[in-house]
Amino acid sequence: MAKVFERTKGLTDKPFHYCPGCTHGIIHRLVAEVLEELDVLGKAIGVAPVGCSVFAYDYFNCDMHEAAHGRAPAVATGIKRVHPDSVVFTYQGDGDLASIGTAEIIHAAHRGEKITTIFVNNAIYGMTGGQMAPTTLVGQKATTAPYGRDEKHAGRPLKVAEMLATIHGAKFVERVSVHNPANIRKAKKAIKKAFEVQLAGEGFGIVEVLSTCPTNWGLTPVEALKWLEENMIPYYPLGNFRTPEEVK
Amino acid sequence: MAKARGKVTFKEDLCKGCELCTTACPVNIVVMNKEKINIKGYHPATVIEMDKCIGCGNCATICPDVVIEVERIIEE
Repeated sequence: MAKVFERTKGLTDKPFHYCPGCTHGIIHRLVAEVLEELDVLGKAIGVAPVGCSVFAYDYFNCDMHEAAHGRAPAVATGIKRVHPDSVVFTYQGDGDLASIGTAEIIHAAHRGEKITTIFVNNAIYGMTGGQMAPTTLVGQKATTAPYGRDEKHAGRPLKVAEMLATIHGAKFVERVSVHNPANIRKAKKAIKKAFEVQLAGEGFGIVEVLSTCPTNWGLTPVEALKWLEENMIPYYPLGNFRTPEEVK
Repeated sequence: MAKARGKVTFKEDLCKGCELCTTACPVNIVVMNKEKINIKGYHPATVIEMDKCIGCGNCATICPDVVIEVERIIEE
């Protein structure tokens, strides 16, 4: 008997508070597994956002800090500059990063801060009850868009990975999804590379992870993964937008 | 070639009954146990016919709540 899968040391024993089928749990686990595999748990400092993952500091088995809404990259900048030997990451949702925190993320990337950002995009505001986010798809229903997002009124959803890929300081930009085991394994590889870019001192790295919100989408968890695959991936294409030569 | 065999363990009280693991199993042996209710009030996922398990780890990979542990049986 050989253990091929067990709970990573990167996570605490606390059970996740997330709704059934929420992919936050998968993404938390991937980040924790990567931290453990890179053997940096002892010097990792995470910054938790505001949103469903606001309690991320309870789940990661490393030093954690909480930031004001959207300001995780600014807090991470301070931490990394004071402790340049630490491994600093932010874990942010789309309401946090793509809306109120757009200025912080763009300028953290622009300055080439040596931090890693995990950006969880589920196309809706989860914690506050399913309002329209900047990433909500055209036609997608939300409590503040009961007839679906109207492009003429609210514009088209923001493509964060593409936007950040135009910034010189952003050295690693990739979009991944977690809708099936194969893509989850790819997502883990991308997260690992993003941390390696930080360890190599290259600059800013971000992994955008397409995620589900079964509760606010009004779907079962299984239907939600299918909805992600059929609706989100065509608009948010998966793939790498930038990688430095050293980690290719 | 020896056939891959595995064994999975479910920490049933952590399960939230989302059923994602049932869609990821290539040999379709993960099912929801409708006769049981766990401490959270959900029907937990369980395995029927453990002999068919190939130890691929897909169920554990997709599980959002780290319910599942996977072992692979190495045959001499």
